Amino acid sequence: MAFNSADIGAFKNVWVFCEQRQGVMMPTTFELISEGRKLANELGVELCGILLGDNVEGIAAELGEYGADKVYVYESPLLKDYTTDGYTKVIVEAVEELKPEVLLFGASNIGRDLAPRCAARLHTGLCADCTHLDIDMPNYKGFLKEASTLPEERIEKLGTVKIAGQDHDVSRDLKMTRPAFGGHLMASIICPRFRPAMATVRPGVMKRRECKKDVEIIKPAFALAASDIQTEVTETVKAAKKLVDLIGADFIVSVGRGISKDVEGGIKLAEELAEVLGGVVGSSRACVDAGWISADHQVGQTGKTVHPKVYVALGISGAIQHKAGMQDSECIIAVNKNESAPIFEVADYGIVGDLFKVVPELIESIKAAKAAK
Amino acid sequence: MKILVTVKQVPDTSGKVAVNPDGTLNRASMQTIINPDDLNAVEAALALKDELGCKVVAFTMGPPPAEGMLRELMAMGVDEGVLVTAREFGGSDTYATSQILAAAIGTYGVEADDVILAGRQAIDGDTAQVGPQIAEKLHLPQVSYAGEITKEDNALTVKRMLEDGYMTIKVKTPCLVTCVKELNAPRYMNIRGILDAYQQPMTVMTYETLKDHPLIDKETIGLEGSPTNILTSFTPPQKGAGMMLSGADKATTDQLAGILAEKHII
Amino acid sequence: MDFNLSREHLLIRKMMADFTENEVKPIAAETDRTCEYPRDTIEKLFDLGVMGMCVPHEYGGAGADPLASAIAIEELSKQCASTGDIVATHNGLCCDPILTYGTDEQKAKYLPMLTTGHHVGAFALTEPNAGSDASKGQTEARLEGDHYVMNGSKVFITNGYVADVFVVFAMTDKSKGTKGISAFIVESSFPGFSVGKHEEKMGLHGSPTAEIVFQDCIVPKENLLGKEGKGFAIAMATLDGGRIGIAAQSLGIAEGALAEAINYTKGRVQFGKPISKFQNTQFVLADMELGCEAGRLLTYQAAVMKNQGQRYTKAAAMAKLFCSEHAMKTTTKALQMFGGYGYTKDYPMERMMRDAKITEIYEGTSEVQRIVISANMGL
Repeated sequence: MAFNSADIGAFKNVWVFCEQRQGVMMPTTFELISEGRKLANELGVELCGILLGDNVEGIAAELGEYGADKVYVYESPLLKDYTTDGYTKVIVEAVEELKPEVLLFGASNIGRDLAPRCAARLHTGLCADCTHLDIDMPNYKGFLKEASTLPEERIEKLGTVKIAGQDHDVSRDLKMTRPAFGGHLMASIICPRFRPAMATVRPGVMKRRECKKDVEIIKPAFALAASDIQTEVTETVKAAKKLVDLIGADFIVSVGRGISKDVEGGIKLAEELAEVLGGVVGSSRACVDAGWISADHQVGQTGKTVHPKVYVALGISGAIQHKAGMQDSECIIAVNKNESAPIFEVADYGIVGDLFKVVPELIESIKAAKAAK
Repeated sequence: MKILVTVKQVPDTSGKVAVNPDGTLNRASMQTIINPDDLNAVEAALALKDELGCKVVAFTMGPPPAEGMLRELMAMGVDEGVLVTAREFGGSDTYATSQILAAAIGTYGVEADDVILAGRQAIDGDTAQVGPQIAEKLHLPQVSYAGEITKEDNALTVKRMLEDGYMTIKVKTPCLVTCVKELNAPRYMNIRGILDAYQQPMTVMTYETLKDHPLIDKETIGLEGSPTNILTSFTPPQKGAGMMLSGADKATTDQLAGILAEKHII
Repeated sequence: MDFNLSREHLLIRKMMADFTENEVKPIAAETDRTCEYPRDTIEKLFDLGVMGMCVPHEYGGAGADPLASAIAIEELSKQCASTGDIVATHNGLCCDPILTYGTDEQKAKYLPMLTTGHHVGAFALTEPNAGSDASKGQTEARLEGDHYVMNGSKVFITNGYVADVFVVFAMTDKSKGTKGISAFIVESSFPGFSVGKHEEKMGLHGSPTAEIVFQDCIVPKENLLGKEGKGFAIAMATLDGGRIGIAAQSLGIAEGALAEAINYTKGRVQFGKPISKFQNTQFVLADMELGCEAGRLLTYQAAVMKNQGQRYTKAAAMAKLFCSEHAMKTTTKALQMFGGYGYTKDYPMERMMRDAKITEIYEGTSEVQRIVISANMGL
C-alpha cells in the first residue's frame, strides 16, 4: 500500500534521528533519546533511534543507556559525510516503511537542513527549534501554568481544536512548544492530521537522563546509490574556536573599579569566569582610564553597546554611562560590595559581597552546574 | 543565467514587541523590516550579478504592501520583483508557504544555470524550513547555511557552516542555497537605484495566476492546507524586578548557578 | 497642497538614516576628537551616489532633486554635522554652479569627476577682508593669452585641503566692484595653486577647512564659469541654493540633539522619576519639536521652489536663518538637560553645540539672512 501520511492509525512509536559527526555521537542525541523516552512512555510505545553513517554500529549501543528500545542502523560509505539527499532518502524510505508517529531531530545546522526536507517529502508538519514537548495533557497544562501568563481557566479549557469544522481531540498529539518573535511569544504547535509529527529540538534544552534498556540493534536493508546524491562534500573542517569580540559575545564578564585592590588578580578572575561561561571580558570606563585594561574592552556610552545573553558586572557601580551600554542584556548578574550601587537597579540577580571571594565560588558553582547537565 | 531570491517582510523584533491580550502578536503596532538573513541572500545575488552580469529577481509572499520591500531591493540593484499575494494563501505554515513559493518560482521558470538564494531563517518564526522545502518541492538540490559561495560554469562551491567548523560542498545548478549573515555585509540602497526603483518590472502572482500549477490545490495551501496548527500561543511571564540573593558564600553561588541552569541560561 | 514626501524621497531618507546609523554615528566622536577628514565615509557616499546626486545621469549623477539632497544632508547631520557640511558644500556649492552655469564642455569634463570620479568639490569666495561684503575681494585674475593668471587667497574654505575642484571668484576688473567679479573652475593641480593654513575651529572638526592661495596660478581661459563680470551674480545665486543645504544641516543637528535629549531624559531618574516626566523638561522638548517641524517645512519648501524654478532667495534665507538659530537653541537647551554629563565628551551634546554655532555664521551670517529677507519684502 502506498504511503499515506494522513492514515494516522497506521503510525506507532517515537523515533529520534541520532546525529553523529565523524563517527562521534552529537551530545544532543542523548538529550533527545531521554526526551523521546518520556514521550514514548506517555504514548505507551517503543522508542527507536535511527542512526545513519559509515561504520557507526558501534556507537549505537550507548543509546540504550538513555532509554532507546531499538536502534535502526543504516551504514554505507555514501552516508559517511552528511548529505541532504542521501540522508533524506534513507530516512524518508524508513519512515514510509516503519511508520513512526513522532520523529525528533536535534536543531543543529544538520538537523535543520534535513528535517524540513524530509517533512516536505513525507507531506507532514514540522515544528522548528522546540524547547518543550508534551503528549500528556495534564503535564502540558501544568507546564502552561508555570511557563505562561495565560489565565488558568483558559488553560483548563484546552483539549480540542477545530480541524475542517470538526472538533479534534489533541490528547494524543505531540504538543511542540517553541519561542517565536525573538522569544517575546511562545507557541504550542500540533500536527493533528498527518504523521509522523516532526520536531527539531533546541540543543541543550532537554535533560539527559540515564534509563538503561536492552537495546536492540537492527540493520534494515536499504537502497542508496551515488546517483541519488546531487551534492559532493569535498572537505569537512573542524574549526578552532575563534576569538569573539564584545559585540557578538553571548557571555560578557566585566570588571570595574572594584578590582582596584588587586587589578591583575581581578582581571584574571574575570577571565576565568568568562572562560567557564564561554565568553569574553569587558570593563567599565574606570578601568580603561586607569590603564588597567585596553580600551577595546570598554562597555558603555563611550565604549561598546552590548546585548549578550548574560552580562556579569563585577565591582561596577553602574553609572548611567555604563548602563547605557549593557542594560539590554538578556540577563544581568551584578556582584558589588555596596548594596546601594545603581547596578543592582538593572540586575536580574545581585550578590552583595567582595568579588574576590564571590567569583572563585561562582566559578566552581557554574562548573558543577554545567557538569550536572 | 539568473538568480532568484526569496525574501520576507517581518516585524522588527529587535525593538519593543507588542503582544495582544490573547497572546497573539500585535503586528499593526510594529515596524516591518526586510528579514535580515534575506538581505544576505540578496547581497550574495547582487555580488554574483556584479561578477557575472546576471539578472536578479526577488520573490516574496505577503500582503500587497510588501511591494514596498521589493522596491527597496530594487534600489539596491535587484532587477525585478514578484509579489505572491492572495487571500487564499493567508494562514499558511512553512509547508504550505514553500508549496506556494515553489509554484511561483516554477511558474516564473528555472533554467539550467539558475541559482535560488534564500535567507537562513526569518526572525519572526526562526524556522529555517521554507528554503529547504522549496528545494524539495522543486526537486532541486539544496545547500543551507552558506558562509561562502562561488560560481563556476554550472556549479557552485559553497562553504556550508557547521557549529564546529564547515564543509565544502560542490553542487550543480539549478540549486537552492540558504545564506547566513557571516556570508557578507548587505549593501545600502543607492540614490540612482532609488530613483529607478519604481520603474522596474513588478509581477503580481495571485491565486488565479498559480491555481493550475500542480503544487497548488486547496489541500496544500493556506490555513486549510497547513499540516501544523497552533494549539495555543502565549507570552512567557514578564521579567520581574531583579532578585537580590542573600549571602555571598558558596551556597549563594550554588543557588545562582542552579537558577541559571534551570532557565537554560548556561 | 501635499505635505507628504514622495516614495522615492522616503526611500532616500531611509537609506541615509541607515547609512548614518551604521557608518557615521560610530565614528562621529572620534572624527571630532582627531579633527580628521572622514575620507572613508565620503568615498562610500560617492559609491552610493550621494556626492553630486543632483547631477544628471549623462554626467554621472543620479538626477535627484534639491529636496533629495537636503534630506540626505539632514540625515547625515543628525549624527555628524561635519559629514553633512562636506556633502552640502560638494553638492550645493560646487556641482550646482557648474551644472547651472557651465558650458557643455565644462560640464562634460568636471561633473563626471565630481560624481563617478570621486573628486571632491569646493567653493571659494570669502577672503580675509571680504566676508559678508564680497565686493572687497582682493583675488585677481588677469587674462594673458589663452589663460588667466590668478593671484590672491581665500579663507575658511570648506573641503579646502581635500578638494580637487574649486569654484573660485576673482576680480577680473577691480574698477567695477561686484560687477568686476568673475567665476572660475580651478583644479588643485593647476600650477600656482596651494593650500595654506588649516583652520583650527571650535566645531565641525571633521570638515576640512583651509586657506587656499593662488600665486600666479594658471587657469585656462576655458575655465571661466559664466561670463566675465557675472561672478557676483553666480555667487549669490549659488549661495541661495547652498543655504538650503545649510538649513538641512542645521535641521539635522537640531533633530539629532532632540533625539539624544529624549533618549537621555527618559532614562535619567532624579527625584524618583525620569526627568522626561517633569513638565519643565516636557515644555522645552515640545519647543524643540515645534522648531524642528517648522524648520523642516521651511527647508523643504525652499528645496521644492528651487526645483520648480521659482525664485527662492527669500525662502532659502528664511529656512537657513530659522534652522541655524533653532539648532543653536536646541543644542544649548539639550545640553542643559544632560547636566554635568552634557558638558563632558562622554555624550555628543557638547560636540553638537559646538557644531551648531557655525551654522549661524557661514554661508551668510544670521544678520545677512535678515538683510536678504528684508530686501525681499518691498520695504
